[in-house]
Amino acid sequence: MIYFNNVSKIYKDAVALDNVSVTITAGEFVSIVGHSGAGKTTLTKMIVADENPSDGTVFFESINVHTLKNKDLTKLRRRIGVVFQDFKLLSNKTAYENISFAMEALGKTDLEIASDVPHVLELVDLSHRSHHFPSQLSGGEQQRLAIARAIINQPELIIADEPTGNLDSINTHEIVQILKKINDLGTTVILATHNRGIIDAIGKRVITMENGKVIRDTKHHK
Amino acid sequence: MTELKRIIKAGFINFRRGGLVSFAAVLQVLNTLAVIVTIILLQAVLYSALSVIKDKVDVTIYFNVGAPEVQILSLKESLLKLPEVENISYTSADEAIRLFRERHASDYSTIAALDEIGENPLGATLNIKTKEISQYENIANFLKSDNALVLGSSDIINHSNYHDNKLVIERLKTIISGAQKLGFLLTLYLIISSIIITFNTIRLTIYISREEIGVMRLVGASKMHVRGPFMIEGALYGIVATFVTLALFLPVTAWLGRNMTAFLGLNLYNYYLSNFFQIFAIILLSGILFGVISSFLAVRRYLNK
Repeated sequence: MIYFNNVSKIYKDAVALDNVSVTITAGEFVSIVGHSGAGKTTLTKMIVADENPSDGTVFFESINVHTLKNKDLTKLRRRIGVVFQDFKLLSNKTAYENISFAMEALGKTDLEIASDVPHVLELVDLSHRSHHFPSQLSGGEQQRLAIARAIINQPELIIADEPTGNLDSINTHEIVQILKKINDLGTTVILATHNRGIIDAIGKRVITMENGKVIRDTKHHK
Repeated sequence: MTELKRIIKAGFINFRRGGLVSFAAVLQVLNTLAVIVTIILLQAVLYSALSVIKDKVDVTIYFNVGAPEVQILSLKESLLKLPEVENISYTSADEAIRLFRERHASDYSTIAALDEIGENPLGATLNIKTKEISQYENIANFLKSDNALVLGSSDIINHSNYHDNKLVIERLKTIISGAQKLGFLLTLYLIISSIIITFNTIRLTIYISREEIGVMRLVGASKMHVRGPFMIEGALYGIVATFVTLALFLPVTAWLGRNMTAFLGLNLYNYYLSNFFQIFAIILLSGILFGVISSFLAVRRYLNK
């Protein structure tokens, strides 16, 4: 599904990615682990062309992501759900509107929006907060809302970049369970984290990065 | 259609929820529109003053005593055909002496001298007004040209006062042209600086949302879906600012009309009311264009990711 082919990313003097080659197949749950600055975020950003490689290519299925024109890139991004450490919710939209915005972007009808949004809000246990703004939600609620937004259009891939970085252990556990559930339903999940405890709890494929390089790629079970 | 409806709705919601940011943007657009209305009013005052001055300038052709009226009227007709001429008034010799007597009714020695002469010493006159003050020279040249000579006018014309008034006309021409150029440059400067300030204010409001624009793009929103609501919001800044500006200028021009008409030479309240719809159209169009174009350009910067 995703193929990184000798990808490097160099910022002035700093090397963020150093000749990385990784293949991720559809339906996998892949955790990318490493310290801050290891290159996890840069790697995930490459998939949605939020960063361009200095060298190498990134393929999503047979598409070379970084040669896409704006319009095609928009179409690609619609197939991917992204969850960020800092949630990146739209601050002047309510919880309901944050999710419906993602559906509107895909041209879904009002009827579809009215039917799907309450359903997904219920899935992340935020039905009672649908008319609240992000600033009125707790960290855990905001992250659940971000996940709800990411999954509303049933994407083929979910990228979660440090989704539990700002959360306490209870909320972290909840988020991990939601991601696992999404993966069980057939969606590919890429989780970037520096939290080893989460990786152990998930117990699936782990790619370890250090100084922009993949130093280990293992499949392990709990 | 649904897309457009959503964009418009989102624009209205963003404007309402923008709170202080929307207020600041409206205030800035209002400043720009107020500058434009002020310029319109100042131009009106300037043109009114210039028009009063222009009206005071004319050229009179004095004819010889006894010059045949037919020839004078024939010259008048040929002068009227000149595109520069706005109007010509003919004063016959009889009318001239009557007016002279009226003007000097209390000057017994002058009237007595006239009575002593016994006959009318005054000739007929043609008083010419041109459309522009700079065109008087053309009239003077015409009178010296072959065209005028063909009419035999050189025999009947005593003199014209163009050369007496030439210095005044030239000075006025320079002053009017200078005032117009200065007015234009001032207008240009004020409008350009206001547009830049407005653009920067709106750019600042969008800068606050730059991360959200990036998120919208990552969620898969098209450029129009992201940009549209900002453009609607920009248009709303313009529309709201238009109504506030026009409302504010009602009491301002009413006060100026009551207290400054004599000084300005124009009742600005009457001018404002009689040109209200033109001013409204100019301001509304400017307001919407400022808002929409500024938003369009400001969002573009963050869209190309």
